[in-house]
Amino acid sequence: MKTGVVTFPGSNCDDDVIDCLQRTGGFEVHPLWHKETGNLGDYRLIVLPGGFSYGDYLRCGAMAACSPIMTSIKEFADRGGLVIGICNGFQILCESGLLPGALAKNLSLNFICKDVQLKIESVNNPWTNQTVKNQLLSLPVAHGEGRYIIDDQEYETLVSNSQVLMTYQENPNGSSHHIAGICNKNKNVFGLMPHPERSTDLRSKGGLLIWKSIKSHLGMAS
Amino acid sequence: MKARIHVFYKDSVFDPQGNTVGESLKKMGFQKVKGVRIGRVIDLEIDYSSKEEARKDIQRMCEKLLANPVIESFKPEIIDP
Repeated sequence: MKTGVVTFPGSNCDDDVIDCLQRTGGFEVHPLWHKETGNLGDYRLIVLPGGFSYGDYLRCGAMAACSPIMTSIKEFADRGGLVIGICNGFQILCESGLLPGALAKNLSLNFICKDVQLKIESVNNPWTNQTVKNQLLSLPVAHGEGRYIIDDQEYETLVSNSQVLMTYQENPNGSSHHIAGICNKNKNVFGLMPHPERSTDLRSKGGLLIWKSIKSHLGMAS
Repeated sequence: MKARIHVFYKDSVFDPQGNTVGESLKKMGFQKVKGVRIGRVIDLEIDYSSKEEARKDIQRMCEKLLANPVIESFKPEIIDP
């Protein structure tokens, strides 16, 4: 399954994602530099990893959203291609308009780096189909600007389309409605603040369920 | 010609930084401070023949990049030399 992992200047979880996908198996990983353009037609999955793209200049993810590769990724997503953005990747997806809402400074103003308990809110999608509704997952977060903000009307739309995929059990950053991860209306673009690539072995394996869900959705044995 | 743009979180978005600074001012005895919002100032050096044309472009720059209209409000002003 041809998978692209995008590196922007300042991405720092790209190697973690590549390592995680290789260990999980089944993903044929190709690193993509943010300046690449052209058709991503033969890819099955694109990952926007975490980090501090462009040093978080202006707003987290704002500069990366203008990178050349984002035009290709928008076309890829419009054709139904699977795109997942993790942490800074989630910020980039919101800044580029591929996902609704925005991410602002944590209410506490602290950079939060710890394991959090998440509740699965919806499972009929490419991202959490190997979990069950209301299942609790433990995943690490590491961010300073992870407060997800969405207005009431758009929130109603998210809920009625089952676009809220996971919420925090204990809200670490002040996100609206405890939201930790959402997808777009077509469910092929997913953004989340927690790091599933940092939770696939050793003491926690919650993240593995996300990668297994993607494989299952694409018809690969998990 | 110069332009100056003020960008703030919208009133509906809580500003934890401004709030914390406001609390500190009160603790210092400045009880008359009722609220603090912290934003960003962006100065542009520009070369337009008309202010109207500049205003139109700057509005688009703010909507597309300089501010995030989902959570931020912006106020551009043109400063004549």
